[in-house]
Amino acid sequence: MRIPAAILTLLTGMALVLTGLWVGQTINLLPEDASLNAPVYDELFQVLFSIGTILLIGIVGLIVYSLVRFRRRVGDSGDGIALEGNLPLEILWTAIPAVVVLFVGIYSYDIYDRMGGMTPLNDHSMHAMHGEAPEGRTWGGISPVALEAETQEPPLPIDVTAMQFAFIFHYPDAGITSGELHVPLGQPIALHMQANDVIHAFWVPQFRLKQDVIPGQPTLLSFTPTRVGRYPIVCAELCGPYHGGMRSTVIVDEPDTFASWVAQNSPAAPPAATTAVQS
Amino acid sequence: MTLTLSPVPHPTGSLQPQGWLRYLSFSTDHKVIGLQYLVCGFLFYLVGGALAGAIRTELLTPISDFLPRETYNEVLTLHGTVMIFLWIVPVVNGAFGNYLIPFYVGARDMAFPRLNAVAFWLIPPAGLLLISSYFIAGAAQSGWTAYPPLSITTPATGQIIWILSVLLLGGSSIFGGINFIATILKLRRPGLKLMQLPMYCWAMLGTSILVVLSTPVLAGTLVLLSFDIIAHTGFFNPALGGNAVVYQHLFWFYSHPAVYIMVLPAFGLVSEILPVHARKPLFGYTTMVYSIMAIVFLGLIVWAHHMFTSGTPPWMRLFFTIATSFIAVPTGIKFFNWLATLWGGKIALNSAMLFSCGFIINFVFGGITGVALAQVPFDIHVHDTYFVVGHFHYIVYGGTVFVIFASIYHWYPKVTGRLLNEPLGQLHFLLTFIGFNLCFAPQHWMGLNGMPRRVAEYDPQFALINQVSSVGALLMAISTLPFLVNVVLSAFRGAAAGDNPWNALTPEWLTSSPPPVENWKGEAPLVQEPYGYGVHPGELSLSASSGRDIWTMGDLDSRR
Repeated sequence: MRIPAAILTLLTGMALVLTGLWVGQTINLLPEDASLNAPVYDELFQVLFSIGTILLIGIVGLIVYSLVRFRRRVGDSGDGIALEGNLPLEILWTAIPAVVVLFVGIYSYDIYDRMGGMTPLNDHSMHAMHGEAPEGRTWGGISPVALEAETQEPPLPIDVTAMQFAFIFHYPDAGITSGELHVPLGQPIALHMQANDVIHAFWVPQFRLKQDVIPGQPTLLSFTPTRVGRYPIVCAELCGPYHGGMRSTVIVDEPDTFASWVAQNSPAAPPAATTAVQS
Repeated sequence: MTLTLSPVPHPTGSLQPQGWLRYLSFSTDHKVIGLQYLVCGFLFYLVGGALAGAIRTELLTPISDFLPRETYNEVLTLHGTVMIFLWIVPVVNGAFGNYLIPFYVGARDMAFPRLNAVAFWLIPPAGLLLISSYFIAGAAQSGWTAYPPLSITTPATGQIIWILSVLLLGGSSIFGGINFIATILKLRRPGLKLMQLPMYCWAMLGTSILVVLSTPVLAGTLVLLSFDIIAHTGFFNPALGGNAVVYQHLFWFYSHPAVYIMVLPAFGLVSEILPVHARKPLFGYTTMVYSIMAIVFLGLIVWAHHMFTSGTPPWMRLFFTIATSFIAVPTGIKFFNWLATLWGGKIALNSAMLFSCGFIINFVFGGITGVALAQVPFDIHVHDTYFVVGHFHYIVYGGTVFVIFASIYHWYPKVTGRLLNEPLGQLHFLLTFIGFNLCFAPQHWMGLNGMPRRVAEYDPQFALINQVSSVGALLMAISTLPFLVNVVLSAFRGAAAGDNPWNALTPEWLTSSPPPVENWKGEAPLVQEPYGYGVHPGELSLSASSGRDIWTMGDLDSRR
């Protein structure tokens, strides 16, 4: 008994979709998540991964199937069927990608909004910049802090200076200057970033955050760490010969551990007399 | 008197050199120029490949131990520049465009043959200039993107030579683009309508529009950058009140369309190759034409997706996300149409077909990661990482370079009159396909997990996977050997191909192989159905091969 082709196609399609969903759910290609917006990002990644898997397996399967089934047999020099087009089919495969793409676009916009990317930046008090900001303008990356500032504790401001080939972190409240970034768990952090020489980029893969630091453009980036640990800070924009070595570490501590780190490293004199203290 | 006149060339001969010497001459024959582009481009491909080998060797270990750090940056800059401006753009546009377009429109040469020769002869000096900069003063170190302020602060000589070289190559590209537009629109044989042209003509028309609109912007930008470097002006230098992001906007206004300048001709070439070897008409000709034009239009308004982490305002990110995502729609149409072209055909599994199908698979992969990269939140994590490196190599190598090889297997018999060796071709495909995927697929994972691009040293956790990637690169290098052996030996010993070994219908096959100087003896043929392959279902005679007048299967059903 032959199973009708339509039913076979339907079953294959269903199997394909289920495989895609399963792959998206179970295979994890990402590093661990350590900030408030990382799980949101991972959600988007799962959706894109599922859709991508379905499309890739489907199209590769179709090609391999066509190449095997419609291969030219030895001695056959004839032509295939004279099929030049099919308008309904064309409309279908214009409409489906358009809908998928529109869905992905709107969904990722929603994700981006939840991560704080759409927040207008100039209506908030916390962007008091240190250093000379031309026109007083601050350029923003993702900024969930601005989004949730009314409901939460005030963010911890940290000045970041990127230079060839290091990041320098300065805690204006405590007067600490450090080569590593220490942050307390669960508290929003506001990084006020500046570059001294060329463009650098501040990237913490576990936070799913990256922001270019461009000379002449003081930039704000904020995040809330959610997992204790040590994570790499990577410069992601080619900045010269030692670009690959321009790395640092962000250390997420329990709040009391962080407080004792601050106490240990604060200069003995009043914060005005800032001395560089290496942690 | 007759004795003094006898050295005068034969009236049918040419004043230009004959034999192999013409390939080193200022020939105005479009076929000679096409081959000049191809061979010259391939030599630069070998240079670029050697540079890639140096990069992959450096990345075998997590520490910077193979090359000095400055040299590593010079190598990665040269690799990108050589591969884009001296291999892919000249070959998919200049080589195949010059060889095929006059045939396709039924002309005896391009519209401006001398301009055509000038366009080619700008390339070798520009390429040699670029490469010699490494030996003279040290090459540019700021990547092929040459972002200021880095490009202003790295050694100036190399950067200026880089700018000069890219300006020359951009000029060559613009000359070529003008020539293609004029040829396609104005030199068509009388009676040949635009919608009867082979798809590659449409692809080249679209590409040339992009070249003419966007390349001058790059030229202007680089001139301003050179002022910043030499004359210490402050266009892009924040220290002097300039703005570094403006450079990025201007640069990507060319360099994103450049992706389509590299990829659209490949789309056109595949559209020529698939119907011939699947023995079926190209599916959905009209929608293919419209999708090319849609890609051209959308390609011009998506550039800022390269700058999602550069502090662009939120509305701009939203606009460029949506515009970029929508390129997937016309691109998807083209891929579904190719799949439909294969469906129900009688597919010859030869090297040209295998490379074309390899292209489809690789490009679909690269397209999927591309749609993902268009999403701002996704991009923010993986921007400037090995994920992006993997993505764009899937587009330009897995896409375009695979098509270049497919095209060489397809048109070699036309150019030489001899067939390439098929087993060697399939070995070449197998090695390239495996090596390519082994090299670039793992890079996506590296990028997601924290390896930035353009680094000579990296986190040791990525050592193993980088070694896997380097093995893939080695396989790709090895895969060039059977190809080279094949191309050289077959030119002398290959099986005679006859004029039309694939039994194809497009006009370049309706003349001798290799074609005579002005393409046809006598009138150019009028080919109104370049894809008229196939038999109607129900037709018993295989010789009746006109597959016309059938637009939908519905007609067919109603006839029964």
